[in-house]
Amino acid sequence: MQFIFRVVVGGLVVSLFATLGDVLKPKSFAGLFGAAPSIALATLGLTIVADGKLNAAQEARSMIAGALAFLLYATVTIRLIMRYGLHAGPAAFSAVAAWLVCAVGAWLLVLR
Amino acid sequence: MTIQVDLSALTKSKWYEYAVRFLFGGAITVVAGLLAKRYGPVFGGLFLAFPAIFPASVTLVEKHEREKKQKAGISKTIRGRQAAALDARGAAIGSIGLACFALVVWKLLPIWSGPATLLAALSIWLASSILIWRLRKHHWLKSG
Repeated sequence: MQFIFRVVVGGLVVSLFATLGDVLKPKSFAGLFGAAPSIALATLGLTIVADGKLNAAQEARSMIAGALAFLLYATVTIRLIMRYGLHAGPAAFSAVAAWLVCAVGAWLLVLR
Repeated sequence: MTIQVDLSALTKSKWYEYAVRFLFGGAITVVAGLLAKRYGPVFGGLFLAFPAIFPASVTLVEKHEREKKQKAGISKTIRGRQAAALDARGAAIGSIGLACFALVVWKLLPIWSGPATLLAALSIWLASSILIWRLRKHHWLKSG
């Protein structure tokens, strides 16, 4: 039951922010919504209810490292598109590797 | 540069593009929850800032821009990629706001109620993102 609830809440929040990004102009402003805290809102809300506020606060502390990894991820994506001429899809999906390396690296070196 | 709302953009996306976003968002939320359960909140928390919307939305930005140019009779163009890069630049700015969101939740959640903390953090994300987006013209992000 909680599985379905997570899918529905996560899907709705992500869709809401994505739709906001669609209708806003200019493009660089709309892009802000590509880094909206959509997954965080859905997950933290459920964690607070299910596991308590302290657990959720611990998740938020790690999220800071995840957000900095996102900054690196977006920078790599821009470079892959503009410097190496990749299309947006392949650039954005392949740059996820940079996010994973940075986020997991931060976990191994600082957070653990 | 003024911020505008263009509701006609909603008609450019197909129903399956909305469905993909919904399912992807739901899936990542489930995965983040499972990782937190399996490896603890410190590891699971990283995935609260996973680029969930971005790859799909930036792909659509390029596709829609390219289609617009093709309708205007321009078959070969880099405008799609340029629009995608601008969108990515916005996301880079938004990620700093995302870190501010997380900082507020980390510090306030132990002492405030859950809804009040999330509302405050969301306000901080929006305010800090817009502030940096506005400042980019004057400082180090000027190339946008």
